[in-house]
Amino acid sequence: MSARTSLHLAAEIGGPPHYDAGHYLRLARLAEDGALDYVTLGDSFARPGLDALAVLARVAPATDRIGLVPTVTTTHTEPFHVSSAVATLDWVSRGRAGWSADVSTTEAEARLFGRRTAAPPAALWQEAGEVADVSGRLWDSWEDDAEIRDTATGRFIDRDKLHYVDFEGATFSVRGPAIVPRPPQGRPVTVIDATTGPAREAAARHADVVHIRATTPEQAAAVRDEVRAKAAAHGRDPGALRVLVALTVDLGDMETAPEPGLESGPRLAGRGTYFRGGPVDLADLIAQWHRAGAADGFHLTPITPERDLERIVNGTVALLQHRSLFRTFHPGGTLREHLGLVRPASRYAAARAVAKEV
Amino acid sequence: MHLAAHFPGVNNTTVWADPRSRSQIDFSSFEQLARTAERGKFDFFFLAEGLRLREHNGRVHDLDVVGRPESLTVLNALAAVTDRLGLAATVNATFNEPYELARRLATLDHLSAGRAAWNVVTSSDAFTGENFRRGGYLDRADRYTRAAEFVATARELWDSWTPDGTSRPFAHEGPQFAISGEFTVPRPPQGHPVVIQAGDSDEGREFAASAADVIFTRHGTLEAGRDFYADVKARLAAYGREPGDLKIMPGVTVVTGDTDAEAQERAAGIRRQQVSPQNAILTAEQIWGTDLSAYDPDGPLPAIDPVPDSEITQGRVRHGDPFAIVARWRAISEAKGLSLRQTVIETTTRQSFIGSPRTVAAELTAFVDERAADGFILVPHLTPSGLDDFVDRVVPLLQESGAFRTEYTGSTLRSHLGLPEPVWKG
Repeated sequence: MSARTSLHLAAEIGGPPHYDAGHYLRLARLAEDGALDYVTLGDSFARPGLDALAVLARVAPATDRIGLVPTVTTTHTEPFHVSSAVATLDWVSRGRAGWSADVSTTEAEARLFGRRTAAPPAALWQEAGEVADVSGRLWDSWEDDAEIRDTATGRFIDRDKLHYVDFEGATFSVRGPAIVPRPPQGRPVTVIDATTGPAREAAARHADVVHIRATTPEQAAAVRDEVRAKAAAHGRDPGALRVLVALTVDLGDMETAPEPGLESGPRLAGRGTYFRGGPVDLADLIAQWHRAGAADGFHLTPITPERDLERIVNGTVALLQHRSLFRTFHPGGTLREHLGLVRPASRYAAARAVAKEV
Repeated sequence: MHLAAHFPGVNNTTVWADPRSRSQIDFSSFEQLARTAERGKFDFFFLAEGLRLREHNGRVHDLDVVGRPESLTVLNALAAVTDRLGLAATVNATFNEPYELARRLATLDHLSAGRAAWNVVTSSDAFTGENFRRGGYLDRADRYTRAAEFVATARELWDSWTPDGTSRPFAHEGPQFAISGEFTVPRPPQGHPVVIQAGDSDEGREFAASAADVIFTRHGTLEAGRDFYADVKARLAAYGREPGDLKIMPGVTVVTGDTDAEAQERAAGIRRQQVSPQNAILTAEQIWGTDLSAYDPDGPLPAIDPVPDSEITQGRVRHGDPFAIVARWRAISEAKGLSLRQTVIETTTRQSFIGSPRTVAAELTAFVDERAADGFILVPHLTPSGLDDFVDRVVPLLQESGAFRTEYTGSTLRSHLGLPEPVWKG
């Protein structure tokens, strides 16, 4: 299979909430030193913590290369605002933004907004998929060269290169075009945690990066194949999808644990399979799974970020680099470049080009 | 005196055709203007909001508010490259919900260590509403009802954590919002982020008197400024507030030159650039309410009547009676022998302070001394270098005379503005 694809690594920097920027900045810089593809910052309206997208916007000018992927919920928010904020994160980070689309399933979250009651996950993920869809359309709604600053005709933009999206979803509609011009990456990277069935469907249709859960390489390969097949069924190129195994990691206090290994089940707050062992054990597991072609990479959630991220970067990642399994620097500048994903052309520009030829 | 910097974007006061004009989107432009404002010891940096591209004659307007990043995200990034400057975001109360916005504002206040401000605006515009779940619009009266309850609800959320950091459940039950639960962010460093209200309608003034820390007004004559100032400050007592609790800051433009004459000449040049031939026709179309593309901007005014209740321009409020405006334009054009474009230049551009640095500093100081303003929000016509002259040449004079600070004395925006810390109402 694709054992030779490059290895992608990402890390979650959330945990017990901090209310100052310094904490998150230190962790993001640490991940950047390890040449990781991106950091994620989880978020929810239901538990203490700052707005994740805002935190990563605060981190952006103080970092250079690391991808920045906040969780953004799509249930009680406005799709137009969501697409604008993610596009703006891409502008302020010069092409390093992604977003992890998520849903708010609880009645407690619904009461914070008072606009509607809680809905089943299937309906919420259907809506999340629509939010991802309309966001992509809004990001495309300005062609890249729409700003012309043509002093001769007095036009700042060429309005033929701006497009209405006229999106009609089940729970919302958006007319467009975007107010934010097309972001540096064309479309910021869409990440979806496809642990649950309904999320997997949305991921196969709309995600660039899919986080999955597995306890064996065989299981990971099977889920990855399933996601890729579903993506292909939606007319997408499965090769333009990155599937990362989510692991919650506890690197403990030892170099290597007496019995390193995986446990399944939602043991702690993090998502994914629970790994306990030392940094070397984790490197061995990553190398083994990746060599087996089970995944494009790993999304690691350290149970104690201050302690474990340092061990991941200076232990696990350093070892993988030493074994030439992971890069030692970011060869590109954007998150899409780190992930080996092409910068998409605007669908409206493409349609206009075709219309012109006909 | 208080000073703020408005990031201009692209609109009819911007001169984007100037070779010094750079991106209105790229972060480097925001960073440069914000750093200039902080170098000038300004109170805050102010961002407008865009929620729908304006339309003209049924098509996207090609030179007015074309492209803007999202305010709060830009300001969080600016918090990384500034230390003291206040960071003010315009965010609509019509197309947002209190829980989410209160959380985003509290987050900015934490990440900037107490420098956040919210410019509350409202919309009665179904055109803009087409981008949002609610779709439709609120009528004019309901807009302020919702805004007032929105601000009150946000303050309840900010107060739902005790000052020593304990989260307590909140419940708000009102005509606009019925929400309950727990807020995810501790009380912001400023207690409450600074609240700004923009606009000077009667409802707007009352809302500002009841709930705002700063009112962002239009600039008029010294006389008009004094009347406005007296009126707004007089409204505060009814809400148990002191005159110093609400700062009045008109949005103004400044053009300087070595001499007053040189500044006047530069100002005239800027006006000609602002009102390009295309812009002159577009502005006239907004008044006449009809397509005037066949007319010569350097020729006479169109000899036709305006179309009342026209929707030729979408996303911008049409002000005044078009028949009265056209009659006034005709009178000016005939009296002074002005072409269409010259008439637009004569009637539509409001340049506030023009003169040598010394003249401008004296006039600004007079506005504050005569109680016509507590300070100013400067709207430069160039991005991002439009405040360089002011900061380098006018600010030192204001500092020399003691009218403006030479150093920040506190670290929060409230401390710059001399606003009291809000009392915790747990």
